[in-house]
Amino acid sequence: MLEKIKEFAGDFFVTGDPLIYGADVSIALALISIITVLTYFKKWGWLWREWLTTVDHKRIGIMYIIASILMLFRGGVDALLMRTQIALPDVHFLEPEHYNQIFTTHGVIMILFMAMPLMFGLFNIVVPLQIGARDVAYPFLNSLSFWMFFFGAMLFNMSFVIGGSPDAGWLSYAPLSELSHSPGVGQDFYIWGIQISGIGSLATGINFIVTILKMRAPGMKLMQMPMFSWSVLSSCVTIIFAFPILTVTLALLFLDRYLGAHFFTLDGGGNPMMYVNLIWMWGHPEVYIVVLPAFGIYSEIVATFSKKKLFGYKSMVFAMMIISVLSFFTWLHHFFTMGSGADVNAFFAITTMLIAIPTGVKVFNWLFTMFRGRITFSTPMMWTIAFIPCFVIGGMTGVLLSVAPADFQFHNSYFLIAHFHQVLIGGVAFGYFAGLYYWWPKMFGFKLNEKLGKWAFWLWNIGFYVCFMPQYFLGLDGMTRRVSEYSWDMGWGPLNLVSTIGGFLMGIGFLFQVWQIAHSIKFMERDTTGDPWNGRTLEWSIPSPAPLYNFATLPQVQNQDDWWEDKQRKANGLPSTKKPQPLEPIHMPKNSAIPFIMSVCWFVAGFGFVFDWLIFAIPGMIGVFICLLARSFSYDTDYYIPVDEIKRTEAALRGAN
Amino acid sequence: MKKRSVMKRITAAFMLTLTMVLLSGCNPMVLDPKGPVGDSQRDLIWISTLLCAIIIVPVLILTAVIVWRYRDKPGNKAAYKPKWEHSTKLETIWWGIPIVIIVILAVVTVRYTYHLEPSKPLESEKEPLVIEVTSLDWKWLFTYPEQNIATVNYLKFPEDRPIEFKLTSDAPMNSFWIPQLGGQIYTMSGMAMTLFLQADEPGVYYGAGANFTGKDFGKMRFDATATSEEEFAAWVQEVKGTGTELTMDGYGKLAEQGTAEIQSFSGYPQGLFNSIVNKYAVPGSGGHHHGGESTESAEYSKASTDEAKSTADDQEMNMDMDAEMDMDHEHHADHE
Repeated sequence: MLEKIKEFAGDFFVTGDPLIYGADVSIALALISIITVLTYFKKWGWLWREWLTTVDHKRIGIMYIIASILMLFRGGVDALLMRTQIALPDVHFLEPEHYNQIFTTHGVIMILFMAMPLMFGLFNIVVPLQIGARDVAYPFLNSLSFWMFFFGAMLFNMSFVIGGSPDAGWLSYAPLSELSHSPGVGQDFYIWGIQISGIGSLATGINFIVTILKMRAPGMKLMQMPMFSWSVLSSCVTIIFAFPILTVTLALLFLDRYLGAHFFTLDGGGNPMMYVNLIWMWGHPEVYIVVLPAFGIYSEIVATFSKKKLFGYKSMVFAMMIISVLSFFTWLHHFFTMGSGADVNAFFAITTMLIAIPTGVKVFNWLFTMFRGRITFSTPMMWTIAFIPCFVIGGMTGVLLSVAPADFQFHNSYFLIAHFHQVLIGGVAFGYFAGLYYWWPKMFGFKLNEKLGKWAFWLWNIGFYVCFMPQYFLGLDGMTRRVSEYSWDMGWGPLNLVSTIGGFLMGIGFLFQVWQIAHSIKFMERDTTGDPWNGRTLEWSIPSPAPLYNFATLPQVQNQDDWWEDKQRKANGLPSTKKPQPLEPIHMPKNSAIPFIMSVCWFVAGFGFVFDWLIFAIPGMIGVFICLLARSFSYDTDYYIPVDEIKRTEAALRGAN
Repeated sequence: MKKRSVMKRITAAFMLTLTMVLLSGCNPMVLDPKGPVGDSQRDLIWISTLLCAIIIVPVLILTAVIVWRYRDKPGNKAAYKPKWEHSTKLETIWWGIPIVIIVILAVVTVRYTYHLEPSKPLESEKEPLVIEVTSLDWKWLFTYPEQNIATVNYLKFPEDRPIEFKLTSDAPMNSFWIPQLGGQIYTMSGMAMTLFLQADEPGVYYGAGANFTGKDFGKMRFDATATSEEEFAAWVQEVKGTGTELTMDGYGKLAEQGTAEIQSFSGYPQGLFNSIVNKYAVPGSGGHHHGGESTESAEYSKASTDEAKSTADDQEMNMDMDAEMDMDHEHHADHE
């Protein structure tokens, strides 16, 4: 009996690597300390009422951001482990199997469990406030989206210590990801982790489209909407067309693995190339999904910190919408070398290049927003300014990659790696950091420490160039991606060493950011104005952090940058054009435990499918079904905040001024 | 003050090492090609880089100038126009410039795309040498149908003569890349691809499997050696004289997962390459022929297709390669 248990545990838990044991211990310690702290301070009820069951978009946003920072840590550690292994020739720090697992999880985590939730976190916090709404269109669905993401991410991460990590690359090309070549459970963790969180992403896309189209404050026309909200709209439109493709592709792969279907297998009439096409039909729009909101963030910040209206508003909107559409017509540039022939390659080369046009226009518009402005260099603006050269160079190498016959030499090499890290870090990560610094005071009521923020900024930026510029050369020198070893005679040693140093500089930059947050929580002064940056849009017109109902009376919008115009009138001694509105009871959604419970059920079901244990899968799915039923028959889902309470809250928040 | 000069020295030392490192990495393989395909690709890389630089360099300078000139500093005399937010003239210019550059680049790209189509024979007075390439987990098998010899993880061919590589895979998709001779192309099971390359001078060229295929894919490197015709002929004789022949069983063992040392075989089973290509063809799929749909990769494999057909007929397997090729690019559902 004991032997049997031992044997089972040996298969079930990942064993044999000191790194994994270290992770086991730290996960156990973290869990124990969280449970101890919550119990000691009697915070379980608080956690349940205020966070786990909340449908408030601001709190959901904060949870998204916390989760994404944790995932950034995990993905970053993965990156540094990889860079350590290839820092020098003939290093034996990680075995090839482990190296393969680590670059797989690094990619999946950074895109799907770091960039996406950080983006959704900012959507949640900013969009309703910016368009003058009291919540998103479907608060319950919003909470469900978050918990689906969260438990999907947990399921994926569990593979590190239980069962074994996926190791077929972040897009898991078939047939490598088929049962024939990946018999372990790692690939099933990949499928179910992404499936469960992917449903959440799709729901968020729908939610924000409806929110933006239907819940703007009275008077706010679409063409007066802040640019970030426009970028969210374009990103969400892309989501609702792209994510179903991912869901279907992974479902087919699951059928192959679970039921022995032959969609993507080598034998039985399957076609692995179909998988490559399908996954990139989602994968390419996906990168625009994450970069478009970053464009929106830069647009907000560049106007605020240049104290000038955003230049070329219509061009900006038009450019983003073009990018959304074009993003669906470029997927084949990820495999020009598949031999589709000159006609097909020429077509996709041109569609890819076309994207450079609207993107270039946006860069010019940002530059001319600063032109004839007055630029202050606060941390959000520094990230924005650093973004421009970084993204312009990354964009240029992207255009080089789109030149199909030249791509035959760049493809699968470190040139490609350097390119996409440059646009994803220089474009996406820099943008989200800028957004996080910019809206942090709106979330928590205090700014982040600028001095530590500048240290983090310079470490990240210097580290970035030191890390990735050498990789362009390595790629041109024939170094292919995903290799875990190379010999001395290749001559790749020095540049790889430099690159690794750069990677660690970024790692130190991240530590500075963590320190910055911890330090600011303890020492930073409270912002009582609600408008610490002299902002332009509606979110700055209310106290920080915003009250539960956001706006006591819904704002009446007349202009683009309405809050700025209002402030200008006041400064010039002109009367405000806003008529004071009478307070009315506010209609709000009630908290619900169903999203959390339903996501736990999904997690259990997913776990069951991963190990093919129907004893988990069936009850899990039944639980999901019961939750759906329970929601369908619950009618007590809303309430009104009485006027007295609004008055009390407003007096407490604004009385301090 | 002192602190600052130390910082300066550290920065200077760092910049110096960085420059040295970058210089030592100069003339990387792709920019130092030794064959006509690689030459054209290098030219194209430089042309497209220069075209992009026409926009990028001014934008970078403009960024620096604007950020410096319009910084918020007391006494800054530069204009401040907080409401200036539209100029049709300016916006037309920066919609226009990228469009012009992209149009030029697109024209260049399309011309080169047809010029450098991998399956297009190279201009030469000499007949191309055919080498069949099979990627396995995790090694390369090279078979020479004209010489009837086979090698594992290394290949030799004469310089200054076009090489017609025919590529397939008996494992997950890989990619065949010899950077100094020219760009890569995927090796895919169930398909035969064609890639023409040529070495203009003798030398040992680094080759690699560029697409991830699992555990030991990083060890799929090989040397591609270009020699004179005489040396090549001598080497063929030498390999023929070694006496070990690759049998069907031997191939089965070779195809199993694992790495392999360099190997040479004095012979190999007739039609091995085509039987690998046709391994997964579905019997009876000929009935689903999609007429009129001619895909490029079907054209690539025209030559081998014909051979494949005859081999298939020999084996009485009733296969239709054209249909198979079409299926690869069409709806899978048709076959369900």
